[in-house]
Amino acid sequence: MQELSIEELTRYSRHLILPEVGLEGQLRLKNGRVLLIGTGGLGSPVALYLAAAGVGTLGIVDFDVVDETNLQRQIIHGTRDLLRPKVASAQDRISEINPYTDVVTFNVRLDSENALGIIRDFDVVVDGTDNYATRYLVNDACVLLGKPNVYGSIFRFEGQASVFNYRGGPCYRCLYSSPPPPGLVPSCAEGGVLGVLPGIIGCIQANEALKILLNDGETLSERLLFFDAWKLKFRELKLRKDKTCPICGENPTIHELVDYEEFCGLKGKGDNFEVESISAVGLRDMLESSPETLEIIDIREPHEVAMGMLPRSRAIPFGQVVRRKDELNPNLLNVFICKIGTRSEQAIKALKESGFEGRLMNLQDGTNAWARDVGNYVVTY
Amino acid sequence: MTTSNPQLVTIQLPTALRTFTDGLSEIKVEAATVDESLVKLTELYIDLKRHLFDDDGKLRSFVNVFLNDENIRTVDGFVTPVKSGDTIMLIPAIAGGV
Repeated sequence: MQELSIEELTRYSRHLILPEVGLEGQLRLKNGRVLLIGTGGLGSPVALYLAAAGVGTLGIVDFDVVDETNLQRQIIHGTRDLLRPKVASAQDRISEINPYTDVVTFNVRLDSENALGIIRDFDVVVDGTDNYATRYLVNDACVLLGKPNVYGSIFRFEGQASVFNYRGGPCYRCLYSSPPPPGLVPSCAEGGVLGVLPGIIGCIQANEALKILLNDGETLSERLLFFDAWKLKFRELKLRKDKTCPICGENPTIHELVDYEEFCGLKGKGDNFEVESISAVGLRDMLESSPETLEIIDIREPHEVAMGMLPRSRAIPFGQVVRRKDELNPNLLNVFICKIGTRSEQAIKALKESGFEGRLMNLQDGTNAWARDVGNYVVTY
Repeated sequence: MTTSNPQLVTIQLPTALRTFTDGLSEIKVEAATVDESLVKLTELYIDLKRHLFDDDGKLRSFVNVFLNDENIRTVDGFVTPVKSGDTIMLIPAIAGGV
């Protein structure tokens, strides 16, 4: 076991005088290896605090570059880092906070081919990804390799945190056996996220990772923490291992990593019906040549619509489309629009399921495509 | 639906589902079981239905239903009886992290 230098003894003195950490605990942190999947909203605070706390090796996996919309919450990156790879920006910041922390960067997208090789060398994995496919991939890789998985996820004002696959406790699949169909749950890019929320959930993940390295304290294993930032409420829910879980249950059927894009329904149709779509330019041409044949239904939320609407459009929020289907004229072509074209596609499917028989069409890539390709009335956001 | 022994329960909705309930985060219904509570909820807000239940009327597996702090899948499932003052929480999988 390595020892601490005089400089490190001073740096970590507030840990060393905690009996629960002490010299032995600090050496555990120094010998600890934590892998952060994603250096975004959640990964930022986790990396900053684990580095400051003296974790000896931090692995960071991210394929993305820093963009302007990240800076509202991804506090490990700064304005001067725009367009830099996130792993490079994060590495600089970590080294500045604590030169005693070694950083191992993986400037790749985690996938079924590379996940086991990357995760194998670490003691603890912290999941800060932004999509279901990678979350199932991280979970399965952790179960197969026997690594604890510190989970956090966020949406708008809400966060969830837990510790999976730790000391025989449940895994992510025990809680959510399969993901939502694509498009049913909006992403943060569509739904938004309060900037400080990933800071709070990320700090909870950092706290759990430290306790796992220290092998002490009580973790969130077998508990799901549910946090509402808007009401400032924490709720704790009981989690139990699912005996029938396909990867960590009594008779597992998953013994290797699978194709997670396929598992999440991101390949092929898989739907009952096709949705007709139209490009922004196509819609503009139609508005010019035969405006009387169509109506545009804008299913964005009122605060989004307030940023600008297309001509001949009418707002019916996504959550009210089925209830208000009698307001649609089945003799017209109804073109559904949202920000990026996923909610509007779901709205069309919901209407068809409810028996609406008029012609429905989806604006491909939404008002953002109109702003990009046509350029008036609405803005990119 | 006839209710044999109606109890007043509170259903708490996460942000992701509030768009279907006119923004409401809590809805009170009278029901005898968890199942009946959710049926009443989707009768009040029909747009919510396909987000909670699949084509066969089964609860979608990315949504967990907690009665107070227990997952109903680990108790008696949908037939779990409710009593006045109980809270039903719907917890869907969310994936945001960046």
